[in-house]
Amino acid sequence: MTKRNIVVTALLAGFYLLVQLLAAKRVLLPYDLQILGLICINIMLAVSLNLINGFTGQFSIGHAGFFGIGAYASAYLTVVHDVPFLIALCAGAVFAAVIGIVIGLPALRLQGDYLAIATLGFGEIIRVVILNIPQVGGARGFSGISRATSFGHTYLFMILTVLIIKNFISSYHGRACIAVREDELASETLGINTTFYKVSAFTLGAFFAGLAGGLFSHYMGYINPAANQIGFLKSIDILIMVVLGGLGSITGSIGAAIFLTLIPELLRGLAEYRMIVYPIILILIMLFRPAGLLGGKELSWDALSRFYQRFAGKRQKQRVTGDGSE
Amino acid sequence: MQWQLLAAQLINGIALGSTYALIALGYTMVYGIIRLINFAHGDIFMLGAYFGLIAISSYNLSLIPAMIISMCLAALVGITLDRIAYRPLRQSPRITVLITAIGASLLIQSLAQLIFGADYRSFPAKAIPIKIIRLGSIIITNRQIIIFGTAILLMILLHLIVNYTKLGKAMRAVSMDKEAAQLMGINVDRVIAFTFAVGSALAAAAGILVGILYNSVDPYMGTLPGLKAFVAAVLGGIGIIPGAVFGGFFMGIAENMVVAFGSSTYRDAVAFAVLILVLLIKPSGLLGKRVQEKV
Amino acid sequence: MAANELLRISTLSVSFGGLKAISNVDMTVYEGELVGLIGPNGAGKTTLFNALTGLCRPTSGEIVFSGKNLSKKSAHYISRQGITRTFQNIRLFKSLSALDNLRIACHQNMSYTFLGGILKTKNASRQEEEAEKQAWAMLEIMGLSQYAHERSVNLSYGNQRKLEIARALVTKPRLLLLDEPAAGMNPAETQELLHLIRSLRSDFGVTIILIEHDMNLVMNLCERIFVLDYGVLIAEGSVEEIRSNEQVIQAYLGADV
Repeated sequence: MTKRNIVVTALLAGFYLLVQLLAAKRVLLPYDLQILGLICINIMLAVSLNLINGFTGQFSIGHAGFFGIGAYASAYLTVVHDVPFLIALCAGAVFAAVIGIVIGLPALRLQGDYLAIATLGFGEIIRVVILNIPQVGGARGFSGISRATSFGHTYLFMILTVLIIKNFISSYHGRACIAVREDELASETLGINTTFYKVSAFTLGAFFAGLAGGLFSHYMGYINPAANQIGFLKSIDILIMVVLGGLGSITGSIGAAIFLTLIPELLRGLAEYRMIVYPIILILIMLFRPAGLLGGKELSWDALSRFYQRFAGKRQKQRVTGDGSE
Repeated sequence: MQWQLLAAQLINGIALGSTYALIALGYTMVYGIIRLINFAHGDIFMLGAYFGLIAISSYNLSLIPAMIISMCLAALVGITLDRIAYRPLRQSPRITVLITAIGASLLIQSLAQLIFGADYRSFPAKAIPIKIIRLGSIIITNRQIIIFGTAILLMILLHLIVNYTKLGKAMRAVSMDKEAAQLMGINVDRVIAFTFAVGSALAAAAGILVGILYNSVDPYMGTLPGLKAFVAAVLGGIGIIPGAVFGGFFMGIAENMVVAFGSSTYRDAVAFAVLILVLLIKPSGLLGKRVQEKV
Repeated sequence: MAANELLRISTLSVSFGGLKAISNVDMTVYEGELVGLIGPNGAGKTTLFNALTGLCRPTSGEIVFSGKNLSKKSAHYISRQGITRTFQNIRLFKSLSALDNLRIACHQNMSYTFLGGILKTKNASRQEEEAEKQAWAMLEIMGLSQYAHERSVNLSYGNQRKLEIARALVTKPRLLLLDEPAAGMNPAETQELLHLIRSLRSDFGVTIILIEHDMNLVMNLCERIFVLDYGVLIAEGSVEEIRSNEQVIQAYLGADV
C-alpha cells in the first residue's frame, strides 16, 4: 500500500465514522442519513453509466432498466424466498448483468442515436414486463421489502463500485473501451475485439446499476414501476449526472451525483421548479460546455497541485517579468 | 362475436394510426433534414392539444379554426425551439444535439405542467358531438371518421407542399445534400426552420385529434405517442415521408390488435418490440436503403 | 530476397452491391519485401487493404497469410495474426495523447484478466510498465518523444502520419500496410519518410505494402510493384518492368512518362 492509498483509506473511513457519530448524537437525522445513502446509490448509477456512455462511447439511455431489474430481482428473492440480503443483492446484480449481455449483444451493433433509441426501448420493455408480473406487485408497486440496507452498505458498495470501475478504466481493458469510443475501425485493426469490449462495458455497467437497484429497494422498503423510478425519466436523471459531470470523468460523475441529489433538498421550496431547472441546466451545458463541467478530465490531488503550481508559477513569473506570457 | 371485436379494434387502430402518422411525419422530416431525433416533437404534439383545448373551451371556437390556430402556434414553438436549442449545435456531434433534444422535451413538459396544471383535462364534448354510425353490425363513430379524414387531408396537403412548392423542393434538396443545397443558393437555416414549422403544425393537429379520440389532455400525453410515432418513422425508414405514413398506420393497428388479442398492459411494449426488431433486422427501415461507413 | 512466401491472395473479389471494386486479384508477397501498390484513383487499392485487414468481406477468393486462411476472419483476429495498417485519412485516437495512442496499441501484447486489472495484481502492473516502456521506446524511435503528452490531433500533419505508423508498429506486425503515407507531405517530409520506411524494414524485419501516388517515392523505395486498374491487377514486376509496361503507361502513367 502506498502512502496515498493509506491517506485515502483513512479519509474514507474517517468520513464514515463521522457520519455514524453525528447520527448517534442526533445531529444527523434518519432522513439526512437516507439522503446520504441515496447520494451513494446515485454515484453508483452515474459512474456505471459513465463507463458505458463516457468511456466506451456507447450511448445508452436505458440504464434505469438495469436498476429496476436489480431492485426487483433482489427484493423478490428476499421477500418471496427468504434469501439473505447480501446474497439477494449480488444475485440481483448478476441478473441485471445477464440481461445486460442479452440486450447488449444485439443492440450494440447499432451506433449513435439508433443505439440510444434501442436502449430506451429495451429499458421501457423491462419496465412494462416488471409491471406485468403480479408476484412483484404489478402496477401498484412492490411493498413489504425489508429495510436491510444501511447507510454503511451504500457507502461501502459505492466505494467498491468507484474503485473497480476506476481500476478497470486504467487497465488495458479499459483503454480498449476508450479506443472503441475514439475510433472503432482503427481499434479493430490494432487487434481490439470491439464487440467484446462494448458488451463488456455494457454488462459491467448493468451489473453495478443492478447492485444500486438492490440497495435502493432494500433502503426504501418499497419500489414501484413508474417511469421516474425505473423508467425513462430515471434514465434521464442518471444521464444528466453523467453529462453534467463530464463524459469520461469519474470524479465529475461523483460530484454531479452529489450535487443533483442534494439540490432538491436544499431548494425545498422550489420543488416544483426542479423539473424546469434540470432540463435548462442540461440544455445550457450542451450549448456551452458539451463535454461537461470536467470534460474528460479527472479531479485529483495531482491535477490540483499541477493547477496550483501553474497558477503560482505564473504569478511568480508575472512578478519577475511583468507579463503573463510563458 | 369475435370478428366484430376485430373490426372495431381495426377501426380504432386506423384512427389512432392516422394520428401516429401525422406525428411521425414531423420526426421523419426533421431527421431527414438535420439527422436529429427531435425528442421534443411529442411535446409539441401535447402543446397542440392544449392550444386546441383552450381555443375551443375558453374562446368558444369551433374545431376547424381552433385547429388552424393551434397549428400556427405550434409551428412558432417549433421554429423557436430550433432557433434557440438546435441551431447553435449544427456542427456539434449528434449525441450532443440528442441530449439537448431530451432536455427540450423535459422542459416543455415541465413548463406545460406549471402553466396548465398536472391534471387531466377533458376535451369539450361540444366540439364534436358524438354520433354513432352503424354499418351492419360494425359500429363507427363520427369522431373516428373525422380523425381519419383530417389526417388524410393534411397528408395530401403535405404531399403538395413537399413536391410542388419552392420551399418543399428546397427541403428535399437539403435533405439529400446540405452543402450542395447551400451552394445552389438555398438558405439552409430557413429551410430547416420551415421543416420544423410544418412538422410541428402536423403534430399539433394530431394532438387535437388524439385529444378528441381519448377525450383527455395532460402534460405527459406527448411522451408515449411521441415515442411510438418515432418508432413508426423508423419502421417506415426514417427520412422517408411515405414510410412515416405507412409506419403510423402499422403501429396504430398493431397496438390495437395486441389489445384485442393479448393484454392491454402490453400495448405500450408493442412499439418498443417493433422498434427493436426493426433496428436489429433492417435498421434502415422497411422502405429504406442501407448506407455503409466509408473507410 | 528469395525468402518465404508471407501473403498469398488468390482470385480475390470484393463487390459492393453490383459494383465490383476488386475482381480476381492474385498477388504473392514474400517475407521482408517492400512492395508498392499503385493505380489511378478508384482502382480499388484501399479496398484491397480493407479486405486484407478484415474491414470488408471478400465476395470470393482467398487470403492466406503465413499458412493461415484469413478470408472470412474479423479485423481484430487478422491484426493478431500480424497484419496491421495505417489509413489514408489518418485515424488516430484524436482526443488522446500520443503516448496513449501507443499504449492502446500494446493491447495484443498484454494478457492479464479483467480481475487482474481490477485488483491491480503484480502481473498486471508488470505488464503495464512493460507497455509503457514499449510506447516510450517507439516514440523515441520515431522522434516523437517531445510530443508524448500532446493530444494527437494537435500534432503536425507529418507527425500524425508518423504516429499512426508508430501505433501500427507497436502491435509488432509481420506485414504492415501503409495507405498513402506521403499524402499531404512536402518534399522534405516525404524524403524523411522514405528513409524512415527503409529503416523500419531493416530494424523491425517487417514486410511492407505501400499504396502511394508519389511515383518518385514508390520507384525509389519499392522492389516490386503491383498495378491495379478498375479493380483488376494489370501488371506486377520490378520497378523497371513497370516503367516500361505498355498497359501501365496507358492506364496510369499516361503522359507523365
